[in-house]
Amino acid sequence: MTAAPGQALRVFLVDDHRLFLSGVRAELAGRTDVAIEIAGEAVDVESAVEGIRRTAPDVVLLDVHLPGGGGRAVIESVRLQHPRVVFLALSVSDAAEDVIAVIRAGARGYVTKTISSDDLAAAIARVHDGDAVFSPRLAGFVLDAFAGELPAGASLDPDLDQITPREREVLRLLARGYTYKEIARRLEVSIKTVETHVSSVLRKLQLSSRHELTRWATDRRLI
Amino acid sequence: MSGEPMTSTPRPRIAGLPPGLTRRPDEHMVAGVCAGVARWLGVDPLVVRLAAVIMALANGVGIAVYLLAWVLLPEGDDVADGGDGRGGGDGGAGGGGAASGTTAVGPPAPISGQRSAELALAVACITVGVVLLVRWTVPFFPDRLVWPAVIAAVGVGLVLSRGGESDRARWRDAVGRLPGNPVESLRGGWWLWLRIAVGAVLLVAGIGTFLATYEAFSAVGQVGIAALATALGVAVVFGPWIVRLVRQLGDERRERIRSEERADMAAHLHDSVLQTLALIQRHAESPRSARSLARRQERELRAWLYDDRRRAEAGGRPATLATALDRMADEVEGDHGGVDVDVVVVGDCPLDPGVDAMVNAMREAVVNAAKHSGAPEVSVYAEVAGGRVEAFVRDRGRGFDPATVDGDRQGIARSIVWRMARHGGRAHVQSAPGEGTEVTLEIACRPGEEP
Repeated sequence: MTAAPGQALRVFLVDDHRLFLSGVRAELAGRTDVAIEIAGEAVDVESAVEGIRRTAPDVVLLDVHLPGGGGRAVIESVRLQHPRVVFLALSVSDAAEDVIAVIRAGARGYVTKTISSDDLAAAIARVHDGDAVFSPRLAGFVLDAFAGELPAGASLDPDLDQITPREREVLRLLARGYTYKEIARRLEVSIKTVETHVSSVLRKLQLSSRHELTRWATDRRLI
Repeated sequence: MSGEPMTSTPRPRIAGLPPGLTRRPDEHMVAGVCAGVARWLGVDPLVVRLAAVIMALANGVGIAVYLLAWVLLPEGDDVADGGDGRGGGDGGAGGGGAASGTTAVGPPAPISGQRSAELALAVACITVGVVLLVRWTVPFFPDRLVWPAVIAAVGVGLVLSRGGESDRARWRDAVGRLPGNPVESLRGGWWLWLRIAVGAVLLVAGIGTFLATYEAFSAVGQVGIAALATALGVAVVFGPWIVRLVRQLGDERRERIRSEERADMAAHLHDSVLQTLALIQRHAESPRSARSLARRQERELRAWLYDDRRRAEAGGRPATLATALDRMADEVEGDHGGVDVDVVVVGDCPLDPGVDAMVNAMREAVVNAAKHSGAPEVSVYAEVAGGRVEAFVRDRGRGFDPATVDGDRQGIARSIVWRMARHGGRAHVQSAPGEGTEVTLEIACRPGEEP
């Protein structure tokens, strides 16, 4: 999935705050580390779906709260026809139900709007490469939601409904503010291995039927 | 009549009277009844006065009605006239409502010529109808009742369909949002006319029957039927109008609640966000303090918008590890501008003395990082599991060599370790020059109830 060398990453921006849109556009265009081209912009669900279908971008940078149904509605209407388009959620909201909802709809990562432009560019490149991007807070949410043993006799898929000790370790380091590189060094594994663990957690987060997950997210309006 | 002197105090409004229908002693010939009615209907007072005189000639009916109105109608005042439910004090004329709202002795609100003629015709119809009704029912010729009925019905219909276009548009709006509303039929069309026709027929039949049996009072049963028919008639003709009135009151109350909420929100935004924005503009040349102001405001606004935990705390629930850490981060960010403290908490537990000591130790670690590390960001992570709290305070700053560091920083590191040890916990400070610093803390806790 990596873009051909010399070819810019095509990013589509969706945010209902035009001021924020123009800020992100200015930060992302003309970078030297990651070549990024803005494929288009939209300010609501309808225009976002239309624009993404038309321009078929590599990565969609998606606000969670949008007029017309929210970022989740955008992902749900686009994902089936355009499986190659990946979504990175970007929002001011740290509320658990927002984070979990957009990830379960299919976003490959979640970052908050206070992220630095370097980190944002790196996160875009990372989701485009098929990896997941977890903010410390998202890692904390996942640890919280997957905490505790599964109830005995629960007809759940243990493969999906539990995270492995190694994944837990990676998540804890993410929650403590470590970068992938720092985690790899600390655990004495490759960065690729860390990415594999995080992607596996993302898959579980999206597919798990563990009912606590949904209940947890709605019960708990963490900040 | 009621013994109440003619003072400037308005009489309390009598339930059931249309708002805006008042007596106008300031424009009186006798007691201001005709002037008030004329203003309410939006016609020249002369028309109403003529009607009253004609009705007075019809066996004194007009006089009786006039006296009744004198007793029942409140004196005109600003509030009463400002009411939205008035039948049309403004008669569709822009600003008329405000003009008639004053008790000043001014000319009645101006009304367009066509509208005025229509209204005058309505009053005339009613008058003629009533006169004919009274004159012909005394000798009692039942066949002739038809004509007064028809004329009265036309009059009532004209009066009821007189609402200003803007009024009707508003009603359509309000009604459209509520499916299955009884006021739906007020949109006009044949339903309205059918209602008025039925109402008028019942009204006339009721009055007619009453008068027919007037001389034979023994027929009490018939009187009852007559009264019932009259009441039904009144209900059918004026029912929609009363429903409309009630609905409008409800709308007004809802609007008031909404505007109070808006005022609350505006007050909050003014006190916090606008003030901060102003401060940021004044600190524009110092990105560091502008940033810290924005960060602080963001935290505060976020708490106000989303945070149930803080609300729970404000609501008197005991503090927990999570709330204590949030507050600690707030305070450190406030005291040491330019540093972001990111707090992630997994699980939660009550704040017993041991956990409280841990929060204080963490505060020292965070303050230390803010003051010495030079890093813009400090990560705080705490996890409650298996009766223990584990916490980490980490920065990516310049770090230090624990062996060679100067007194102050070493002292802080020692104080953290010592503080934890005193409560049966552990602390460990890991740092190297250029590697940042991480403080690891651990202590036992009582299992907390899951939020």
